[in-house]
Amino acid sequence: MASQTIKEGKERYKSGVIPYKKMGYWEPDYVPKDTDVIALFRITPQAGVDPEEAAAAVAGESSTATWTVVWTDRLTACELYRAKAYRADLVPNTGPGTNNEAQYFAYIAYDMDLFEEGSIANLTASIIGNVFGFKAVKALRLEDMRIPVAYLKTFQGPATGIVVERERLDKFGRPLLGATTKPKLGLSGRNYGRVVYEGLKGGLDFMKDDENINSQPFMHWRDRFLFCMEAVNKAAAATGEVKGHYLNVTAGTMEEMYERAEFAKSLGSVIVMIDLVIGYTAIQSMAKWARKNDMILHLHRAGNSTYSRQKNHGMNFRVICKWMRMAGVDHIHAGTVVGKLEGDPLMIKGFYDTLRETRTERSLEHGLFFDQDWASLNKVMPVASGGIHAGQMHQLLDYLGEDVVLQFGGGTIGHPQGIQAGATANRVALEAMILARNEGRDYVAEGPKILAEAAKWCSPLKLALDTWKDVTFNYESTDTADFVPSTTVNA
Amino acid sequence: MMTNSGNRLTQGQFSFLPPLTDKQISSQIKYALKNGWAIGIEYTDDPHPRNTFWEMFGNPMFDLKDPAGILMEINSCRKTFPNHYIRVTAFNATRGVESPTMSYIVNRPKNEPGFHLVREEKSGRSVGYAIHSYATDKPEGDRY
Repeated sequence: MASQTIKEGKERYKSGVIPYKKMGYWEPDYVPKDTDVIALFRITPQAGVDPEEAAAAVAGESSTATWTVVWTDRLTACELYRAKAYRADLVPNTGPGTNNEAQYFAYIAYDMDLFEEGSIANLTASIIGNVFGFKAVKALRLEDMRIPVAYLKTFQGPATGIVVERERLDKFGRPLLGATTKPKLGLSGRNYGRVVYEGLKGGLDFMKDDENINSQPFMHWRDRFLFCMEAVNKAAAATGEVKGHYLNVTAGTMEEMYERAEFAKSLGSVIVMIDLVIGYTAIQSMAKWARKNDMILHLHRAGNSTYSRQKNHGMNFRVICKWMRMAGVDHIHAGTVVGKLEGDPLMIKGFYDTLRETRTERSLEHGLFFDQDWASLNKVMPVASGGIHAGQMHQLLDYLGEDVVLQFGGGTIGHPQGIQAGATANRVALEAMILARNEGRDYVAEGPKILAEAAKWCSPLKLALDTWKDVTFNYESTDTADFVPSTTVNA
Repeated sequence: MMTNSGNRLTQGQFSFLPPLTDKQISSQIKYALKNGWAIGIEYTDDPHPRNTFWEMFGNPMFDLKDPAGILMEINSCRKTFPNHYIRVTAFNATRGVESPTMSYIVNRPKNEPGFHLVREEKSGRSVGYAIHSYATDKPEGDRY
């Protein structure tokens, strides 16, 4: 495992091809500096490639290396600019004696000067740029990153953050409630606004556009914005509460997105929305716009599962969480545990902690490989959306905590007595559960009983519980922890 | 009369539940104290959703750790302002929060007339919206 770097200049820079680990990209004795960016990759080496060489190759291809030796390295302080793989551990339950081919967790350190300040695009162009197509590895997954405080300080971070969002909305001590307007495609602006009004008046805090609602033939964006804001304001007047609708400003160009965001602002919306597919730079631009315009910025993670779901290749969603907190969004969909979309409870706790804590400690069972100080960047509000309903309220509160938006789309709009009743059922279930939790009751065990007690005086809740009582989505997660906590775990 | 669910202002954590009893309020006070949060009592007769600064019934009670004493303060506020909105707010001074972490209404006027949505028709189809509380047509102190 010792360093095999060729130290002698003439030998090192002789024209030709030498293994990456001899070029200085494998430095097992390297001690990362506090200012280094550290990336943790899961590497599946090609047959015959040893793990140190594979790790060194990833370090090389994600920093300064090319396939052959170049003398022009000698014009630079190249030792500094080389990323350094300093550790490669066999992934538990892979390799000899198991049914799985060997995978390795490779730790790679990058000097901060490799990256432009305040640019997710630049950071990612290195870390996930060329390297994922590199032939020496069969598969590669970016599992986690440690971002140094010094680099974090070059990012704006969330435009609003959980604390200020709550102060603006005047809503404290409970999760926020939302719903996505359904059907997600096809409604006219007028019909769409109807759903928004009913949901908000019934007791939700937010309604939401879906990720693929932009400006289609059945409803152009200005119509949607006008009818939705009529609905929002009418519901605010009907309840005396601040209400919002995530107006999705996603569009084909930056100019078009700014135009839509400005219109949302002129109508008095408190929040706008973008999709992850617009790209990192566009997200950062919208975050700056949102900070400047007192706007909450909601991000739908559309597209992430194309690269985050499979365990051997792509990137873990926790890395997206980190990048999006740096990029500056205020809300991000981060899983429900109990709903219809992928989500292992321990992994989701790792995502939520990453978004909400001022500091996270290394915690392998939650997939967090590094201590991470968030350098006072605002906190991102996670959003739990997809296949959840009032009957799961105790589980949702237990798994996801208080700083979260719970989005009940079908669980509101599909209520047999109508949308307002559906919204009221969810709000009553939530408030009853918070009250019980604060009273010190064992709300997880007593959850169904607490809901049944409230359903005695709230008929919409009773009907919601009867309608969805047996709905669960018990499928195995694909993205699960590699480490199981035990007293002997030696990480 | 307000026409929403419960026919009442729905600000705060528990407005969709039946009015809290003194016993329930005590439990919530204990929860806040257990977390090290200070409790403040605030009242208003202008419940506009963006009226952030209700009048303080004294400063937040940073040093009072006795739930019974805090409940006594709440009841004293109710006695003084029986027809106002009164809310209990818990303040969390922890680094990274430094903001309210609980807020719930413990007293309401007998009648809640609600709000009028004022629309100002502007160019194109844009509308400027203002929310006007019916009660605030009368002077402060005579509204409910």
